[in-house]
Amino acid sequence: MTGLSGRAPGAFVALGVTLLLVGSYWGLAVAPSEVFMGDVQRIMYVHVPTAWNAMLVLSFAFVCALFFLFNNAWKWDNRLEAALEMGVVLSLLLCMQGAIWAKPTWGVWWDWDPRLTTTAVMVFAFGGILALRAFVDDPVKRAVWSAVACIVAYVDVPIVYFSVKWWNSLHQMQSTPETVSSAFHWPLRINALAIMFLCAGLVALPARVADLRLRSEMAPPLPVGRLVPAGTPLPGGAQ
Amino acid sequence: MRSFGAALIKDLLLQWRGRAQIVAIFTFGAAALLLFSFAIGPDSLALRQHSAGFLWLALLLASTLSLAESFEREVEEQALEGLLLLPAGPRGLYYGKAIANWAQLALLGAALVPVMVVLYDAGTPRLAPLLGVILLGTAGLSAPGTLYAAMTAQARARQTLLPLLLFPLVVPVLLAAVKATSLLILGDPMGQVRPWVTLLVAFDLIHWSLCGLLFDRVVED
Amino acid sequence: MIAVSAAGVCRRYGRRWALADVSFDVPEGACVMVTGRNGSGKSTLLRVLATAIRCDGGTIRILGHPARENREYVRERIALLGHRSHLYEPLSAIENLAVAARFLGRDRRRATLLARLDEVGLVDRGDDTVQTFSAGMRQRLALAHVLQQEARVVLLDEPYGHLDPAGFLLVDRLLERLRERGATVLMATHLLSRGRALCDRALVLDAGRLVFEGVTEGMPEPDGLAAGSAFGEGA
Repeated sequence: MTGLSGRAPGAFVALGVTLLLVGSYWGLAVAPSEVFMGDVQRIMYVHVPTAWNAMLVLSFAFVCALFFLFNNAWKWDNRLEAALEMGVVLSLLLCMQGAIWAKPTWGVWWDWDPRLTTTAVMVFAFGGILALRAFVDDPVKRAVWSAVACIVAYVDVPIVYFSVKWWNSLHQMQSTPETVSSAFHWPLRINALAIMFLCAGLVALPARVADLRLRSEMAPPLPVGRLVPAGTPLPGGAQ
Repeated sequence: MRSFGAALIKDLLLQWRGRAQIVAIFTFGAAALLLFSFAIGPDSLALRQHSAGFLWLALLLASTLSLAESFEREVEEQALEGLLLLPAGPRGLYYGKAIANWAQLALLGAALVPVMVVLYDAGTPRLAPLLGVILLGTAGLSAPGTLYAAMTAQARARQTLLPLLLFPLVVPVLLAAVKATSLLILGDPMGQVRPWVTLLVAFDLIHWSLCGLLFDRVVED
Repeated sequence: MIAVSAAGVCRRYGRRWALADVSFDVPEGACVMVTGRNGSGKSTLLRVLATAIRCDGGTIRILGHPARENREYVRERIALLGHRSHLYEPLSAIENLAVAARFLGRDRRRATLLARLDEVGLVDRGDDTVQTFSAGMRQRLALAHVLQQEARVVLLDEPYGHLDPAGFLLVDRLLERLRERGATVLMATHLLSRGRALCDRALVLDAGRLVFEGVTEGMPEPDGLAAGSAFGEGA
């Protein structure tokens, strides 16, 4: 991002990886097993932070879309693209983590849990916007249309969630720290922070790449020209 | 306001002219209903249970054809641009087109009901509420569908992009409409239709306003 | 009063600048010929002035009002005859005019619309759908569509294209009527001697840049199309 200094994204990624190692070690090896579900439950240490961050990143994408529509600055489109990519990746990870958790717990890969189903819909909705970007050549149209699509998709997410929830519900209660005993708090929070730093770094870097790609795609600024006086021969030759 | 009235008349006239196309789309929808039954097999009980789902899936698939077609006419000779330059208000253009699309989809839905009744033995005495659900559901398809059809008509690979963008968005419509239709067909002892209808109404209100606001940005260069 | 004022107008398509730093002023009531080789940016210029496409740099003022901020004002006073006809194929000629008339709030009676079609020589085909029209007939209908808007600034992109010799005279007559009405006309054309006869000013574009602005007498000859050549023009 043009706002951050050059080294900041790299530092964020490094910090994120370090914290992730700490938090994961704590969660996987040190924290006690959960009473009912045993060791499989440890996936929560990655799953829950991933979920928080997926929502965070996609909310950031929504904000970028709004900013772009209001002030038309390219940096918001670059950030939007990076945030969309990261959001789709995180959502895909969420679906995979959910499947890995569901199989030993419920015996099926997919349990139509409202949150996970909404996440799957989000993969398609926001992934579709990335596909849209690939098929539009004009940078301005591409930016405006993805911002519009992102706003519509984001507004739709809560509606999708509620409709799926009414349609089917067998997931456990929301695992916020209040419903989880304190032994689980710290690894959860560390991992959440970790993934957040990772995301910040991994959104800033693609945003910069998008910015560079945009510059190469669009013509360089014009040198100011002068009007050629009448009677001057034209470049093609002729009188 | 004048834009809206003029646009609505223009779009209804265009649909009337293109009515052969509507017949073809209806045939496609009916064929889809038939094909779905082949996927389940000749188990009449199972077919009846899933009839609502089949109806709405067929309608969803048919809607991509109908919505895409609605903007073909606008971009082939840049007629839409011509209207914008008159000047015509984009919001009026959107609502005119969206309502005309809604009318067409509702008609398609209503026409597919007898096909469903025959193929799946899925009749219901509660015909008026059923038509009400069809009206609300197709409104939910039309609002975002018109917005995205306007977008994809100007892009490459438009055949694939429209369903790709639209389908995830209308999941709530699909869920609510199928559930409500199913309850009307199979019986609703606990009066559960109302919350689903409320969901449809909420979806429609949100999207008819949001997409109308955003249409301007999608059609202007 | 200056009808059309362009200052540093730029427009890009991908890596290419279709218009680069174009600046000129057109006084009200003038008839201006816009010419240049294929691909020099004539159509792009007219479309940018009409606000059909965005301007990537510079400013445009139509009748004193900035085009970007007062788009509706500008569009009410400008009409564009483009390369695409802006028509609905499944509708008839009369219906196409009626659609526009409805948006404009103008007289939609059949008699009025038939009179408009008569002006462009299409009165016999009023109820036929545009789908059945030849390219020349679509051009005529598009001209009627433009005239119906009664704009103060009229932008014509190759008005003579596709037309038969009678059509050429038709366009000449319409141009005269527009001038009598006091409208400002910018016409992109390759028909140099016709343009010189009808227009008092010229803008010459080359590769997106303006290489000449002034009275038609002083304009240079672009290569490849000498004035008066039998192959370059119609009747």
